[in-house]
Amino acid sequence: MAIVKDMIPAFDLVQPASIGDALEILADNGEEAWVLAGGLDSFDWFKDRVKRPSIVVDLGGISDLSGISDAGPGGIEIGSMTSLTEVVNHPRVQSEYPLLAEAAEHVATPQIRNQGTLGGNVAQDTRCWYYRSGWPCYRAGGNTCYAGAPEAMNREHAIMGRSRCVAVNPSDTAPALIALDAKMIVEDTGGPNTFDAEDFFIGPSIDIERMTVMKRDNLLTRIYIPPFWANASHYYEKVRDRGSWDFSLVSVAAAFQMSGSTIEDARIAVNGVAPYPVRLDAVESLVRGTSGDEATQDAAGDLAVEGAVALKYNDYKIPMMRNLVRRAVRSVA
Amino acid sequence: MGEVESVGLLEQKHSRRTFIKGVVAAGATVASANYMLNGTSVLGAAAVQSQTERMITLNVNGQQRRVDVLPNETLAMTLRYKLNLTGTKLGCDRAECGACTLLIDGVNQYGCSILTHSVRGREVTTVEGLEDPDTGELSLVQQAVMDEGGFQCAFCAPGFIMSMTALIEQNPNPTRAEAAHALSGNLCRCADYDKILNCAMRAGELAQNA
Ligand SMILES: Cc1cc2nc3c(=O)[nH]c(=O)nc-3n(C[C@H](O)[C@H](O)[C@H](O)COP(=O)(O)OP(=O)(O)OC[C@H]3O[C@@H](n4cnc5c(N)ncnc54)[C@H](O)[C@@H]3O)c2cc1C
Ligand code: SF4
Ligand code: FES
Ligand code: FES
Repeated sequence: MAIVKDMIPAFDLVQPASIGDALEILADNGEEAWVLAGGLDSFDWFKDRVKRPSIVVDLGGISDLSGISDAGPGGIEIGSMTSLTEVVNHPRVQSEYPLLAEAAEHVATPQIRNQGTLGGNVAQDTRCWYYRSGWPCYRAGGNTCYAGAPEAMNREHAIMGRSRCVAVNPSDTAPALIALDAKMIVEDTGGPNTFDAEDFFIGPSIDIERMTVMKRDNLLTRIYIPPFWANASHYYEKVRDRGSWDFSLVSVAAAFQMSGSTIEDARIAVNGVAPYPVRLDAVESLVRGTSGDEATQDAAGDLAVEGAVALKYNDYKIPMMRNLVRRAVRSVA
Repeated sequence: MGEVESVGLLEQKHSRRTFIKGVVAAGATVASANYMLNGTSVLGAAAVQSQTERMITLNVNGQQRRVDVLPNETLAMTLRYKLNLTGTKLGCDRAECGACTLLIDGVNQYGCSILTHSVRGREVTTVEGLEDPDTGELSLVQQAVMDEGGFQCAFCAPGFIMSMTALIEQNPNPTRAEAAHALSGNLCRCADYDKILNCAMRAGELAQNA
């Protein structure tokens, strides 16, 4: 598709100053309205003329949505409009939740992290280029998947969790938030709802047109990270084509509670392999109570990719995911 | 109730209706509730309000600039085509090259990927604003680029210079690896990266001696 470098098509811009105002505007305008955070996912859609909302609700003026604060006994709460750079540089994130700081540091480029928000990072849409180019696929409300066809270009697509749509979730912070058992606070005019990070992301078998539980009139307001996984041993690795800009081919985020050399508890999540970040519960059970020795590492890697099926051009993702999971376990051995 | 600002292009009938509804719901004042009942006068009132708000004052390179900005306009567009500040380049217009890099409150961001209306009340610095406005003396980073002759065609230079400026501000004595990381959101199509990193290292030296 030709790249248009012209004005973004017209829309009305609303810049509410409070969460309540934003929610009411969204409730009143349904499908016409679009939530704007840092805009780094949104503007591509608008510039490419693929999504054309008539009302854009800019959250930038809502000071209640940004910043990182102490919360409850121990944990921290991160406003959805907090920039990724602020997340990376925050002293408590760095010292207690370095897994999140590392994951956020691996997003895109410095400029994108300076403007892109944590909320936007987890709420962003998939980068499947058929869909992004405006092809009328299932995810766009149509009745076929272009990327899943036998001869399609699908090097970046899913090896598991597919259901008609074979796209992957692009967020680098998502697996870290799942590994840290974060809670996502989603509001509408009826009030707040809290979701475990792993349930916040949904696959196409639940709704093929959305990547998260959020509907058009919902706002992610805060992300709460409980104290339980603070200071845990952790491992993060993202494999991508270039050292900056590029999305994950596969990434892994893991947190371990150690008792001496024994893994007491673990949480492991992988992204880039399915339409949602995948929590590896079975692998977690397997490594619990072990020392993470070589035999456990191998078994963990094998179990992680059990049932994975490659498309035409993405078979490399299966050994890549197996190896990343092995390395995560090896990090505490 | 918080304030709701609207900057609307109200040509489109459909969006006009929903937009007004949105503003009314959010403002929730008695006056706006009345407006709802008087459809036509609402449209008139809001349209006037929207149009006046398109005229905004931007703080660019230390100057207050009055400018008429559409809601759907990016900062790079406003700077280049309305304020004649063409030092900010447009390469990809998709947050994928860094040619449009500028500073917003001292932080490097892509001018092609932020709405001008989102930076009201904030300090915008472009490459034109780096030299001393009175003496014309170059900034440290600009001087470093002159010393090292860092670019070939230099289309990417303004963007790199802005990222280097943000870097030297935060870390006046970077290692080469730190500089490479800080500049990793800028591409050079002449692939002159070694010399560009020499510039960053030279800027670090100048900052140490300053
Ligand atoms: C060139 C490029 C490279 C990139 N590389 C990476 C990468 O390597 N890894 C990675 O993880 N990301 C990457 N990204 C994505 C980037 O990090 C995200 O676009 C950014 O984090 C999205 O955040 P934003 O604040 O800019 O969101 P926006 O674009 O404003 O929003 C993204 C989406 O989320 C919705 N949304 C945002 N905030 C909320 C909220 N609070 N409540 C409800 N809905 C909301 C918006 O409606 C929109 O649909 C890249 C983007 C670009 C342009
Ligand atoms: S993978 Fe999903 S987003 Fe991509 S073409 Fe298929 S249905 Fe559409
Ligand atoms: S023009 Fe803005 S990043 Fe390329
Ligand atoms: S010197 Fe030509 S693009 Fe960088």
